[in-house]
Amino acid sequence: MTSSSPSPTHERCDILIIGAGPAGIAAALAAAPSGAAITMVDDNPAAGGQIWRDGPGATLPPLARQHREALARHANIRLLCGTRVVGLGERQRADHAPALLLEDADRGWTQHSHRVVLCNGARELLLPFPGWTLPCVTGAGALQALVKAGLPVRGQRIVVAGSGPLLLAAAATAAHAGAQVVRVAEQANWRALAGFATQLPRWPAKAVQALTLLHPQLRAGSHVLEATGGGQVQSVRLRAGRGEETIACERLACGFGLVPNTHLGQLLGCALGGPLSGGLGLQVDAQMRTSVAGVYAAGECTGFGGSERALAQGAIAGHAAAGNTTPVHALQATLRRWEGFAQALQQSFALNESLKTLARPDTLVCRCEDVPHAELAGRTGWIDAKLHTRCGMGACQGRICSAATQHLFGWTPAPPRHLLAPARIATLAAAGDDAPSG
Amino acid sequence: MTAPTVQIHADGTPLQVAPGTSVAAALAQVPPGRTRSSVTGQPRAPLCGMGVCHECRVRIDGRTRLACQTLCTEGMQVHTDTGRPCP
Repeated sequence: MTSSSPSPTHERCDILIIGAGPAGIAAALAAAPSGAAITMVDDNPAAGGQIWRDGPGATLPPLARQHREALARHANIRLLCGTRVVGLGERQRADHAPALLLEDADRGWTQHSHRVVLCNGARELLLPFPGWTLPCVTGAGALQALVKAGLPVRGQRIVVAGSGPLLLAAAATAAHAGAQVVRVAEQANWRALAGFATQLPRWPAKAVQALTLLHPQLRAGSHVLEATGGGQVQSVRLRAGRGEETIACERLACGFGLVPNTHLGQLLGCALGGPLSGGLGLQVDAQMRTSVAGVYAAGECTGFGGSERALAQGAIAGHAAAGNTTPVHALQATLRRWEGFAQALQQSFALNESLKTLARPDTLVCRCEDVPHAELAGRTGWIDAKLHTRCGMGACQGRICSAATQHLFGWTPAPPRHLLAPARIATLAAAGDDAPSG
Repeated sequence: MTAPTVQIHADGTPLQVAPGTSVAAALAQVPPGRTRSSVTGQPRAPLCGMGVCHECRVRIDGRTRLACQTLCTEGMQVHTDTGRPCP
């Protein structure tokens, strides 16, 4: 078929930024004064990432608004929302960054660039427990994201459970939207939380934030055991100290911390490592270079430390990707300060071993292919499980269950292969079109 | 003064939402906000809320999309449970 496609199937830019959260925005703003042609893509409907997610149920902090306004002032930053990286494109020149296959609601194309900055963020660690597949059981950050996007929760009783500061943030967002947060169950014990609290004065803004978020229904040393209900969750059974409690609710929001989104980086060949991710994040040097030439990474995909660390890393990556080699001492100092915070976080919210035993034999672990725990318990690793049970082979491509099985069984997920996400046939056809020379 | 709203149709049912509302959030107006059936027929609804888990995939104006990453637009036609196995 001769192509007379209305939109080009190959596009070029100088710097391609994947992810428009704090790290991506900071990278774009740092690189923009160089005059480079910058394209920033994000699969969400608007820039901001998770922490600065906009919507009818969101109130953007001033810093988020300032960053978004600054983006709009630069004509050389092209922001493409609702756009997803679905796989690898064919690389045109050896000295360029790998080309990526992109898709939005209407079309697919190959994006070429000199430099790629990966700001893929993190997702929640969602661990299987009986009843976790029931409708209205979500992640904790998930609840926050859905409420910001307009989810009606007024008058609903909500249990928030899992681990980390995100629980309190999610509870606050839900309560602000009119929900009745009946329990916040943190699996870490009071001693760990107190230890974290005593360190907070090193980061005064975080100390203030913690005080504003503290919830009267917070319980430490408490974790979910089971969700039950017909058609949707109706009650939650929790470990409470040495005993148990059962709480009636309309929603359960349960997240056990974060997992860095490294799929794209790994597809490009980037090495993992880094002390702030338990070795699970993308490895970067002081200039945010990954192990692959032309590919930089910043933010939660390199390890966890919140938006302040992501902003510093993003800015360093943006400067470096734009070829600005002037040392950025101030940014490096800021980064070190927030890496200290990240360290304190991770020590305090280490996951309890008993969370590995929540699933029963019939509890589904892979929700795409409905693979129960019993079918996985005897497998030797991720690939063995995939081949014999279809675990991780569904629509999410193992995003949820690979992190769960890594935690439960210690399996190392295999690096992803092209394609990264379900894509339309037309997108793949467009990738096959010859690139114009030049 | 009434706030402006957007109307979509979910499996034929009209739903009114505030501008900027995601399809996943709109579907929750009809509890439990079910989006699909699993391969063994279990009801499912959004899990991750941020485009990772694909539990919220629905058919929107003829295309399979993630409800949590798609904003409601006037007249949008949403069909849930489109991947149900044949009986």
